[in-house]
Amino acid sequence: MQKYDEMYTMLPFDGSDVRDHYKAYAQWLAQQPAQTMAARAAEAEMIFRRVGITFAVYGEKDASGAGTERLIPFDLIPRIIPGAEWTRMQAGLVQRVTALNRFIADIYHDQDILRAGIVPRDLIANNAQYRPEMVGVDVPRDIYAHIAGIDIVRARNARGEGEYFVLEDNLRVPSGVSYMLENRKMMMRLFPDLFTRHAVQPVAHYPDMLLDTLRASAPARAASDSATVVVLTPGMYNSAYFEHAFLAQQMGVELVEGPDLVVKDKVVYMRTTRGLQRVDVIYRRVDDDFLDPLVFRPNSTLGCAGLMDAYRAGNVTICNAVGTGVADDKSVYPYVPEMIRFYLGEEPILSNVPTWLCRKQDDLKYVLAHLHELVVKEVHGAGGYGMLIGPAATRTEIEDFRRALLANPAGYIAQPTLSLSSCPTMVDAGIAPRHIDLRPFVLSGETVRMAAGGLTRVALKDGSLVVNSSQGGGTKDTWVLNEQAQGQPSPELVQELGGMVQSMGGGW
Amino acid sequence: MLSRTADHLFWMSRYTERAENTARMLNVSYDTSMLPQPAEMARKDWMGVLSISELIPAYDRRHTQVTREGVLHFMVRDENNPSSIYSCLRAARENARAVRGALTSEVWETQNQTWLELNRQLQDGWFERDPMQFFEWVKYRSHLSRGVSLGTMLQDESFHFVRLGTFLERADNTARLLDVKFHAIENDYHGTDLRQVGQQQFDFYHWSAVLRSVSAFEVYRKVYRDVITPERVAELLILRRDMPRSLHASMHELMDNLRQVGHQEMSESLRSAGLLLAQLQYGRITEILDTGLHAYLTQFLDRVNLLGGQISRDFLAPELV
Repeated sequence: MQKYDEMYTMLPFDGSDVRDHYKAYAQWLAQQPAQTMAARAAEAEMIFRRVGITFAVYGEKDASGAGTERLIPFDLIPRIIPGAEWTRMQAGLVQRVTALNRFIADIYHDQDILRAGIVPRDLIANNAQYRPEMVGVDVPRDIYAHIAGIDIVRARNARGEGEYFVLEDNLRVPSGVSYMLENRKMMMRLFPDLFTRHAVQPVAHYPDMLLDTLRASAPARAASDSATVVVLTPGMYNSAYFEHAFLAQQMGVELVEGPDLVVKDKVVYMRTTRGLQRVDVIYRRVDDDFLDPLVFRPNSTLGCAGLMDAYRAGNVTICNAVGTGVADDKSVYPYVPEMIRFYLGEEPILSNVPTWLCRKQDDLKYVLAHLHELVVKEVHGAGGYGMLIGPAATRTEIEDFRRALLANPAGYIAQPTLSLSSCPTMVDAGIAPRHIDLRPFVLSGETVRMAAGGLTRVALKDGSLVVNSSQGGGTKDTWVLNEQAQGQPSPELVQELGGMVQSMGGGW
Repeated sequence: MLSRTADHLFWMSRYTERAENTARMLNVSYDTSMLPQPAEMARKDWMGVLSISELIPAYDRRHTQVTREGVLHFMVRDENNPSSIYSCLRAARENARAVRGALTSEVWETQNQTWLELNRQLQDGWFERDPMQFFEWVKYRSHLSRGVSLGTMLQDESFHFVRLGTFLERADNTARLLDVKFHAIENDYHGTDLRQVGQQQFDFYHWSAVLRSVSAFEVYRKVYRDVITPERVAELLILRRDMPRSLHASMHELMDNLRQVGHQEMSESLRSAGLLLAQLQYGRITEILDTGLHAYLTQFLDRVNLLGGQISRDFLAPELV
């Protein structure tokens, strides 16, 4: 089946029709000289570097032995989503995250879904992310995944239409929202007139929503509008450090590291120049394993001794909750549609990608027979590592994976090689289609909400399906159009221009 | 604010100031080295540069001889020398990065840009081609850092710790520079009581170099309207409150900022700083010279060092109660 492209109705796109929601952009792009776009790309890179929006790559060192800092490549061509499509996706995301939170709460309390036989018990018992320390612990509003990064892809369904599928749920420490925000800022800076021609739904208010969400999760004793929130970071050598610092600053809260915190009498404090100050909510960007040396890894310096005590006593809220990873495991993923039915009594709005669970005999047989066609993933892998992409793999790679599968079938799942949708992207040879995905960031506090769009990641290598930044992927700005407001400038642009509305006609 | 944040801010500005003062000192030494002088005197000059930062042993480990090229390389771009300009600007930037959330974007970007340009310059061989221009660049990036801090930062505790770092380092670096330059005079040029110097031939170039290193050459003329004498140079750079790089001015600013941080009525830091300041406020150059300049400056340096430790204990890395 032919690849689905976001902008063009058919590929290759020379001479092909432009989809309605991209028509205005296509017109504008056609008027831009090639040098302009290249110059803007260079400008963007210089600004990103100066502002220090870089990430450290694990294991890479420059000549002097210092770790290297890399820019995540940013592509100037936006990924545009019609408003109506987003509305439906948003409803599906709210539904899915709500069900996931219900699931996690259930797992750590009555385990109704296990008793009903819908999810196999051993999936939980053998799940490394299941934390017995959380059994019976009540958390504010029963919310565990306060911030969820749901990876969405578009592919042609059985009827040949481009449909959205959920590829993966990231419920532990999902990252990338800072790039969503910085990409939008950059686009508005480089192409202000594009924002007068398109009514793009704003995203800049995300940090406000995030702070609201975190505050809403504060323990009962802390008045939610004045609860002390902190962002816990592993420190500046962590690859996502820029995002930790960025979000803390945008929300106006302290960025802390493990040694800044101390627990006394089951209450968490941070060390300030004026003595100890109580902490109510910790937005932690540190994995469970490193949070408390008294409970988890004993040699961790990234967390704080006694944190779990304070947490279980209800004196501090940790976002996302400890043990949330039990639900974003690849072995649990296939059961999410059932969770939606079980907890909400609804049919899922967003579909899963068809998935074979190698722990099941029949599924394993099928997978072994079709390795060259499938994408096989380690249940506990992350970041695009530990994956076999059948059609792109060598004989040896396939045989190695066969051996691994037979040795530990329950450790793998398989999915068809989805032909992910593509989007025009600036490459050396000009503009060419490249595969993309989407990660919206769903916030669960008083309500479940999100900024329109999310982070679009793009695989920069021709034909590659790997979009992760740590493996050479890039990002794009994501535009969700507000069709009703077409003709009016985007609210973000109005803000940027200090309230003065620009009414520019033609091109540059 | 977090004690650790205060620590990073404090050291960010200390390292920036250190880089600036190193550049100033090297600039002057480079300038002087171009005058006709016996090789031995030139060598002693460069040894003086190393001894200001107590780096002779470290230098000896990596070089066999004290030469202009060797010292310049060591003090400008040697990554294994923690006091080289390269190391100082790297440390300044890393400290800034650790607390970028506590800085305005202008302050952070200025620090980051300095680092990016430094690497470009060193890679492209700018320093070797035109050392004087390089030193000027370092100085002006430091001026810029201070300017954006003053111009954009909310004047809360973060701001005061940034300023504290600048002035503590300035007091330390200036005292060191004076000590070495005056020590050199005593030992090599005249070897006797400093007050006799005015009556003997003195090295105009030596003293004007000292003044220029702290941007005080024109200032001296304005204040004293007379020939350059070592006694007056000492007075200007130690006791004059209106001379911005003097020990007195540095301690005055330090006290100002120290009073604005923390919560105790009278912390140990405040007490120590107050005593140091009072000495400078009420001191007389004749009394200082009676004590012996070297003895005076050595004691001052010790006290400034102790003060640094005190500030650390009081605010930056406090013991848990």
